[in-house]
Amino acid sequence: MDEALITVLMVHEVGLHARPSVKLTKLAKGFSSQIEMAVAAEGPWIDAKSIVKVMATKAPKDTVLHFRARGDDAKAAVEALADLVARDFEETKRDAAHG
Amino acid sequence: MPRMVELWGSPASPGIATGPLVRVGGPAPATRVAGAPGQERQALKAAIRQAIAGLNALVARSGEEGGEIVAFQIAMLEDEELSRPAWTAIEAGTPADEAWRAAVDEQVADYEAGEDDYFRARAEDLRDLRDRVIAHLAGGDNTTVPVGAVLVGEEVTPSRFLETDWTSGGGIVLTGGSPSSHVAILARARGVPMVVALGEADFVAHGAALVDGASGRVVLSPDDETVARFAVIVREAGERARREADYLQRPATTADGTPVAVLINVTGPDDVAGIDAATCDGIGLMRTEFLFRDGSALPDEEAQYQVYRRLLDWADGRPVTIRTLDAGGDKPIAGLTPVDEANTFLGLRGIRLSLRREDVFRPQLRALARAAVHGDLKVMWPMVTVPGELDRAAALFEDELAALTAAGIACARPRLGMMVEVPAPAIAPDLYGAAEFFSIGSNDLIQYVAAAARDNSAVAPLSGDVMPVIERLIARVASYGRERGIEVSLCGELAGEPAHIPALLRAGLRSLSVAPAALARVKAAIAGVGAGA
Repeated sequence: MDEALITVLMVHEVGLHARPSVKLTKLAKGFSSQIEMAVAAEGPWIDAKSIVKVMATKAPKDTVLHFRARGDDAKAAVEALADLVARDFEETKRDAAHG
Repeated sequence: MPRMVELWGSPASPGIATGPLVRVGGPAPATRVAGAPGQERQALKAAIRQAIAGLNALVARSGEEGGEIVAFQIAMLEDEELSRPAWTAIEAGTPADEAWRAAVDEQVADYEAGEDDYFRARAEDLRDLRDRVIAHLAGGDNTTVPVGAVLVGEEVTPSRFLETDWTSGGGIVLTGGSPSSHVAILARARGVPMVVALGEADFVAHGAALVDGASGRVVLSPDDETVARFAVIVREAGERARREADYLQRPATTADGTPVAVLINVTGPDDVAGIDAATCDGIGLMRTEFLFRDGSALPDEEAQYQVYRRLLDWADGRPVTIRTLDAGGDKPIAGLTPVDEANTFLGLRGIRLSLRREDVFRPQLRALARAAVHGDLKVMWPMVTVPGELDRAAALFEDELAALTAAGIACARPRLGMMVEVPAPAIAPDLYGAAEFFSIGSNDLIQYVAAAARDNSAVAPLSGDVMPVIERLIARVASYGRERGIEVSLCGELAGEPAHIPALLRAGLRSLSVAPAALARVKAAIAGVGAGA
């Protein structure tokens, strides 16, 4: 049983809105570990697999997100989540859109 | 079978429909009698599962952009956290629907209390998913309306209209609403019979209805004789349509040989799917606000570009006029239009809103500049009130063109023109010299000249009575356009009404843009207008 903790700055323009929240919770559900998220180091910690809870944080742009996990894949889980946030939820930047 | 009842409302879209009556809109208040907690739990579980299945089906049809908000709704429904309070309430003896409503409303209240417009707008999505589940609990699957049904309710949302299959008939009956509402415009465009402002009526006992959209008559539980009588009317209407169809294949000319361009108003590629481009002179108005449909995520540049390009491809060299986002007024868009404006028709709408929201406007301009490479594109600004707005919008366009060019992305500068729908440019068109074309939007022009809201049936007669004044304004703009060689057309509802066509041609207009369903009718009406027009 591992435990892992990670923090990441969210730069998404409108914050943790519907599309990022769907992606985040989907990714979290792919891990067996219990995963929690908080918008402050001291908590409160919420279930990162629940979109109801994640959206309820109404986290705006430039929020530092904290993830902690407990379970067999704890380290991989928090790293994957931090990576998703750091990559701005894989959303194409306005300026980069062309084709 | 219940007794036949005849009701009268306001005609909103001509045509006759008969079919099963299906209630839509707000769900019935919670009237479910609680079974044992076990039964209620099972019922709610099943209803949530059905709602998810319905939404999954909708995802497939919504495309990438519209699908995102549906994906959000599905994720919410799948989350145990949402239903948790409902399970507790059910254990305590609360009926499933009441328990579910209370659980979701708790979340709705939380979103509505938010500071941020975006999060507040999500309350709408939650109410929508709440009602979907409640509809399943009530036994009626509110999300899939049988083909050919007559929808009845207080109101029908544009998204409901768009997700309904109208290919095999069907109609709409509203107890409220107005003939100038957005759904009415959509109904006329697709040829769906519609009657509005019926007032309160008891539909519960009735299983079928007959709608005569031209007269405003609605017959509930029609008897055989009535159905037969209407069948005759339908047949005659069909014969008239066939006669009019003869005109469809020919360019429109008046009886004395004056050519008149007839173009179509559309909301997207779906509207032109069954139309031969050769039967019209192009697209006179594409309303882009439907790409930004309520409840959907805002479409990005690429998604818009694809839509615009498809329309240009379809038009095959004919002109395509695309109007930039005209949100606001009676077309609110969650997360974009102001939430608590006192008078939306006089507020932040059309170009006013776009100039404030460059984050939304610029991607649209880029998509248009890129699409312009593929055909004869014209870009039209809505709700222009002062010449300065033309300059600011054009400057932003030039800005984006320069950026695209610098990035090596193919783009072109389309003609930039404006709607004439605010009285100001209709009174003094010469002050708007920067516009490369004018398109008169009669619906808004009438409501602003008459100071009579489009959605208020109490003042509706003023719209008709003010017509002589409107005709003078149209003549003024048309004559200015003729003098200066600036194209003037009319894309409002007036153009689709045969009775108004002689007056429009008399006023000097030679270009009309109408709902696709009105194309044959309008061409036939033009052919009937004699010399001197």
